[in-house]
Formats: sequence, structure tokens, C-alpha cells
Amino acid sequence: MKILVGYKRVVDYNVRIQVKPDGTGVVTDGVKLSANPFDDIALEEALRLREKGVATEVIVVGIGPADLTAHLRNGLAMGANRAIHVVTADAVQPLTAARVFLKLIEKEQPELVILGKQAIDDDANQTGQMLAALWDRPQATFASRVDIADGKATVTREVDAGLEVIEAELPAVITTDLRLNEPRFIKLPDIMKAKSKPIDSIEFGSLGVEAHDHLRTTHYAAPAKRSKGVMVKDAAELVAALKQKGLL
Amino acid sequence: MSKILVIAEHLGGKLNSSTARAVSAAAAVKADAIDVLVLSDAPDAIAAEAAKIDGVSRVLTIARSDNAHALATVLAPQIAKAAAGYSHVFVPSTTFGKDIAPRVAALLGVAQVSDVMSVEAAHTFKRPIYAGNAIITVEADASHTVVATIRSASWAAAGNAASSAPIEALAIDVTLPTHTRFVELKQGSSDRPDLQSASKVVSGGRGVGSKENFEIIYKFADRIGAAVGASRAAVDAGYVPSELQVGQTGKIIAPELYMAIGISGAIQHLTGIKDAGTIVAINKDGEAPIFEIADIGLVGDLFKLIPELEQAIG
Ligand SMILES: Cc1cc2nc3c(=O)[nH]c(=O)nc-3n(C[C@H](O)[C@H](O)[C@H](O)COP(=O)(O)OP(=O)(O)OC[C@H]3O[C@@H](n4cnc5c(N)ncnc54)[C@H](O)[C@@H]3O)c2cc1C
Ligand SMILES: Nc1ncnc2c1ncn2[C@@H]1O[C@H](COP(=O)(O)O)[C@@H](O)[C@H]1O
Repeated sequence: MKILVGYKRVVDYNVRIQVKPDGTGVVTDGVKLSANPFDDIALEEALRLREKGVATEVIVVGIGPADLTAHLRNGLAMGANRAIHVVTADAVQPLTAARVFLKLIEKEQPELVILGKQAIDDDANQTGQMLAALWDRPQATFASRVDIADGKATVTREVDAGLEVIEAELPAVITTDLRLNEPRFIKLPDIMKAKSKPIDSIEFGSLGVEAHDHLRTTHYAAPAKRSKGVMVKDAAELVAALKQKGLL
Repeated sequence: MSKILVIAEHLGGKLNSSTARAVSAAAAVKADAIDVLVLSDAPDAIAAEAAKIDGVSRVLTIARSDNAHALATVLAPQIAKAAAGYSHVFVPSTTFGKDIAPRVAALLGVAQVSDVMSVEAAHTFKRPIYAGNAIITVEADASHTVVATIRSASWAAAGNAASSAPIEALAIDVTLPTHTRFVELKQGSSDRPDLQSASKVVSGGRGVGSKENFEIIYKFADRIGAAVGASRAAVDAGYVPSELQVGQTGKIIAPELYMAIGISGAIQHLTGIKDAGTIVAINKDGEAPIFEIADIGLVGDLFKLIPELEQAIG
């Protein structure tokens, strides 16, 4: 069984992003970039399935500019067998990303596609669900546990009410939540080994994907700031302050 | 001319308050009609609740045994069909809506606007990106249906109307897939207020130290009638179940009072509480980032301070 894994590069989660003063975007020059944390979890899950003998091949997919190769090498160093780089200078929105994944699915015929539940730059939380719809296959979003057996995935999902368990026939799309696993660290020898693993480059334009998303971002703004509060010296003072505000 | 279809969220035969919040967002579009769609195996009681929400024109129901559980694969094709003739489809941005809405959007071949915080015009919305560190204005193409999820914390629930809106059964002819099946829902049973709609929330973090210690948080919350929340670190460490997580990837909430106890205040946590009325922080580290956004801060050991608070409340 082949597994396709979404492996997006985003601004590192530790960076507090700044909005450009003219409102045209956020400052990304010189900012640290890393794998989307949910995608590291997706890759880790795929690798564990391969280690268990459930999967035979793990392919990481990145859609992005020419310099994405270094990022994809990290995915290879973590353990993916190979990478597919869909090359485009433009940022792609979730619907376009889903259409790209569908093209790759037609070519690769995977039985499982694991994506992150959301990319922490656009916080869209859409691509996996859109892909599953276009592919007309099951989706199991926000997964915190995945078991594959007898041609189906049994997935525990983190939902607002608690934990939901669903069963999905393969092929299917799974999106990862934080507690699915803890991604392994990349070891130095693996970085060396990854150098000889294949990265397949495909020009976005050659896929025949319509990139019209019907959405346009017209302005970026910094969020409203909360005004600085006060410090109280003890429990009694805190309770008095809350009582005064009518909160206790 | 805007006509909006709001998808009702419900569980156990009860309407979720996220639905009335999505209706508020629909009202902000100044729509000519706001219809609420209830998909369920037994929609009547839920529909009756939805019909009472102020601003609702009609409640539509699709009663089908397949709709007993909120499976995106089953609900999305019905919603996509029902969306014909509507300019907007609004879904609460809860795990229910986040699961379903993109599937609907893809079936309709349109993009989705996630987490709408404000409506600037019928096709112009504001939404957060980068864990709420930037707010963008997005314009959707007016020639296509807008599918959007509504960030509950940004919208007050619409109130009750003087009279109930009419309820109509909808017949939707669509074959539903059977490749995805519901197995079970493990729900934490609790008499405490619901985290997402509570007016007061007490959250504990890694500083609480253990599952046993968390009792002190539960007890204090009960004392002031608050819901209980937690940081990711507290959930990861197994102190509390995952549905209590507050933050970028947990619940985004807007209670009148939020008390963060033993929580450092990472950006991902703060994203979840930015809209709270009053934020109180209790932390033994006076340099903890949580104090930068807290309205009232108290430095000290939570195990000493919570009993003192209980005593001071009297
Ligand atoms: C992609 C991604 C998504 C994330 N999503 C979320 C999310 O949704 N929600 C979330 O919360 N986090 C999220 N995180 C994690 C976040 O970055 C932090 O790691 C987490 O919020 C830290 O939790 P904490 O404040 O409880 O723990 P810590 O940062 O360890 O802080 C514990 C605090 O307790 C204080 N303390 C210790 N003992 C006491 C005592 N006796 N009395 C008083 N104070 C005490 C300490 O001074 C410290 O400030 C996410 C991270 C990533 C990468
Ligand atoms: N440009 C991209 N390259 C690789 N994977 C992507 C890309 N965009 C989205 N994805 C996948 O889709 C997931 C959800 O993204 P989003 O819908 O944008 O929040 C991510 O975690 C990735 O797994």
C-alpha cells in the first residue's frame, strides 16, 4: 500500500508573525520556515504504518516554489521513500491544492492520503476534506488514532463533544490532530541518505489544474490589541476586583 | 439579493448554540432570507428550537435515518443539493462545521472562507490567519455561492423571536455513500457548563502538575459556576480529556471571565481566548507571557492561591 503525505512548508510555529505596515501581507523575509507541525505528524503516522508492514511506500508531496526541495529533503531524511514537488511560484489555496492532490492520486493510486488538519499559516482546515469530496472517498478528519486492517481504517477523531470513532473503507483521506503521535527527530546519517532519494518535480502548469479559487485577499491587518491590565497582590484583592466587575 | 442557508449543528436531539451564532453572522449580511437546515434522523424537536431564533425565515428539515450521525460524507451531498438557489451557505466553525463545510464547498466547486469574524459586505469578510496574529479581508467572487464557516467566538447568539418561523420538510434526491460509518462517540459526561458557551471558564495548564491535582481546578470551577478548560500541555500530559483544550487547535472561546491557572500563555493558547471579556492569570512566574494579555494578574503558587480565593469569595 502506498501512502501520499501532504508536506507543506510554513512559517515556524514559534515565530510571532508581523503584518507589513502597508497592509499588503505579512513579513516573511528572513523568517524561519519549517514543516507544518500537522504534516510532520502525518509523515510520522505514515512511517509507522510502513514500519508495521501495513504500507510499502511513503511519498511526501509539497506544492510550492523552486526552493522547496530543501524542505522535501527533510521529509526524505525523516524516512519518506520519495518526494513529489509540484512547482509553482504562487501560493495555492486549499481548493487548488486539493485538485493537485487529486491529479497525483490518479497517477500514484495510493490507498491512503494523510494530510494535516490545518496548515498553521492560512489556518484554513480545508484541503483534506475538499480532496476527499473531489475523489469521492471517505474522510476522517482530526485523527488522534488510526488502525488499518481488512481494507479499512478505524479512526478516532477529536471532536468538540469528545472522541468519535468512525470506520472508513480504503482508499481514504485522513487528516491529523496533534495527539496522533510524536514525530521523530531527523538523525544526521539520514540526512546523508536522503540526498540520494528521488524528488520528482512536476510543473504546476503541466497538471491541467484550474487555479481559480474565487477568493481574493485585499488587506492584512494586525489583530486588535488588548490593553495592558493590572497586577493584584493577593487573592483577596483579585476577588474584590472580580466582584467589582460583577464577575463573581 | 442574498439568500443564506445556515446549517444547524445539534447533538443528542438538542440544537447547539453555534447555530444561533451563525444566524447572527447571516443577519450581518443583511440577507433577504435566512433559512436554517436541520439534517437528522429525527429533526422535529431540533427544528422547533431553530424556528425560535430571531431572524430565521424558514427552517428546512431533511429527515433520514442516514443522518443519525454527523458524517461529512453523508451530510455534504445533501447540503450541496439543498444549497441550490442560495447565495451563501454558513456553517458553524466547530469540529462539526470544519469537517463538513469544505466537503460541501468542493462539491459546489467553490473556495471556502474559514472562521468568519466579521462581515464587511455581502461578499467581503474578515478572518484570522497565523493563529490570529494577522487578520485578513477576503473578497469572494459574487458569481459563486459563498461557503463559509462562522467563528463562534466572534458572534453573539441571535436571541429568540416573538413568533416561530415556519418549518418545512425538504425532499432531497441523492444517493448517499456507505463507505464511511459511525462507530461510537465517547463523551465525557459532566454537569458542568459547556466550555464553548459558558460565561465563565477556569483553565489549568502544565503548572497544575497531574491528573489528581486537576481536582483543585474542577472544584474551584464548580465553586464559581464555571466550565473547565485546559492548555494543550495539560491535555497532552493526560491531566484532562482532549475536548477541554483551548487554543488555535482546540476550542476558540469568548467567555465573560477566563481564568488561566498555571498556563504560560503560548501564542497558540492565546489565540483561543483573545475575545474573552476579562482574562485573569495566575502563575508563579511573574515573567510568564500570559501576563502581557491578562486584565488582572496574580503572581504566586496556584496550590496556595486557589484555597485563598475560595476563602475570599466567602
Ligand atoms: C501546531 C501547534 C498547535 C498548538 N495548539 C495549542 C492549543 O490549541 N492550545 C494550547 O494551549 N497550546 C497549543 N499548542 C502548544 C503551545 O505552544 C504550548 O506548548 C502550550 O500552550 C503550553 O501549555 P502550558 O502553558 O500549560 O505549559 P507551560 O508552557 O509549560 O507553562 C506552565 C506554566 O505553569 C506555571 N506554573 C508551574 N507551576 C505552578 C504553580 N504551582 N503555580 C502557578 N503557576 C505554576 C509556570 O510558571 C508556567 O508558566 C500548540 C502548539 C503547536 C506547535
Ligand atoms: N502547498 C501545499 N503543499 C503540501 N501540502 C499542502 C499544501 N497545502 C495544503 N496541504 C496539505 O493540506 C493540509 C491542510 O491545509 P489547509 O487546508 O490549508 O489548512 C496541510 O496540513 C497539508 O497536509
